[in-house]
Amino acid sequence: MELLAFGKTGWGDELFYATLMTLAVSITAMLIGFFFALIFTPLKLSKNKSLNLIGNFYTTVIRGVPELLVIYLFFFGGSGAIMFVASMFGYYEYIEINAFITGSFAIGIISGAYSTEVFRGAIQSIDKGQFEASKVLGIKKHIQFYKIILPQMLRLAIPNLSNVWQITLKDTSLISVTGLVEIMRQSYIAAGSTRDPLFFYSFAAVLYLLLTYLSMKLINKLEVKYSRGF
Amino acid sequence: MIGSFPKLLSATVITLKLLSLSLFFGLFIGLLFAILRMNKNPIVNKFAYGYSYVFRGTPLLVQIFIIYFGLGQIEYLRSTFLWVILKEPYWCAIIAFALNTGAYTSEILRSAFQTIKPGLIEAGKSLGIPKKVIFYKIQIPIAIKQSLPAYGNEIILMLKGTSLASTVTLMDLTGVAKYIISTTFKPIEVFIVAGGIYLFMTFCVHNLIKFLEKKYGFQT
Repeated sequence: MELLAFGKTGWGDELFYATLMTLAVSITAMLIGFFFALIFTPLKLSKNKSLNLIGNFYTTVIRGVPELLVIYLFFFGGSGAIMFVASMFGYYEYIEINAFITGSFAIGIISGAYSTEVFRGAIQSIDKGQFEASKVLGIKKHIQFYKIILPQMLRLAIPNLSNVWQITLKDTSLISVTGLVEIMRQSYIAAGSTRDPLFFYSFAAVLYLLLTYLSMKLINKLEVKYSRGF
Repeated sequence: MIGSFPKLLSATVITLKLLSLSLFFGLFIGLLFAILRMNKNPIVNKFAYGYSYVFRGTPLLVQIFIIYFGLGQIEYLRSTFLWVILKEPYWCAIIAFALNTGAYTSEILRSAFQTIKPGLIEAGKSLGIPKKVIFYKIQIPIAIKQSLPAYGNEIILMLKGTSLASTVTLMDLTGVAKYIISTTFKPIEVFIVAGGIYLFMTFCVHNLIKFLEKKYGFQT
């Protein structure tokens, strides 16, 4: 137990901050994922074939390629790509991107592919009559989306989005390969310096379980809120 | 880009080996725990639930690290014959994958068993068919059909999961891809080739499952 003490003698505070880091990366990645879903869901639902192809390409490739490979692409390719863009603007210095940004971007793109699928499914399962009825009533398109489609869609999407959240939370453990100090990396460091890997990795597992358990409780509350009247 | 292709292709063999062995063991673990989940004894039931909860609630990476780095720490294990298996990263990865996919498979199979209409089992009983035969000839074929789409997803998830073997020094497809990236600094080209191989494999799995779904697509 003294291994988990706060302060200089133990790893308690380090692991606490690492847990916060995991949460921060997960939330950032989830938000980036929503942003991607916002772009790609309309593409997937579009009647235009080439736009459709772009949307399908994104979700198929990302969901068919291991997360670790995507992370390596961003980790090794990210700064190169940024430097290439910068060189077009006449900036030739070496640019190193922060591990937090690369990590949450990589995980965000992955979680975006899953979110896109969830939103697409939710929108498609809304009754066509809802679209037609609001059209007949002369409701403007964006009001139709915000006031009629979105609330119904969220009710259908939340249970699946909670799965996406779980996947995203667990995927953040892979960012440890880039050196970002989240739960996994911190346990790796602690295990290395105390030579007690069994304890620290088990503790990391407990931390992840705690995170998934608590977030499930929270999401269940949201689910109740959005499904009132059903 | 072309030069890296043979290396990546030979690493694919290891990925496929890892995948097939872990799916094979995982299916048995999954079936066992699905049966335990449906047991009426609350202790057995809770144990099976706890197993699947823990393995589905923690990242696969943690599970591999616990098995590969953690178990070696127990002095007692080092003296038993288990150590022959546990000192090999290859078998550690397979154990972790099998336990992980077993947890997911048990959930898939359990829900498949639970969606079987009770009428079908009652009909079998009233025809005087023995309980064992009902299980093997009625429940299992229907459960296979019900669980095929979800199990197909699980195979694809596991295929992507095998990439984590590269973190415990195994040179699977992702491991070799990372090695080539870090020696040649050509991340995009290598990503396209390695990603293409993975995509091809998921494509094959996807179509195989579609074919099986058609084959087993009888009405229940």
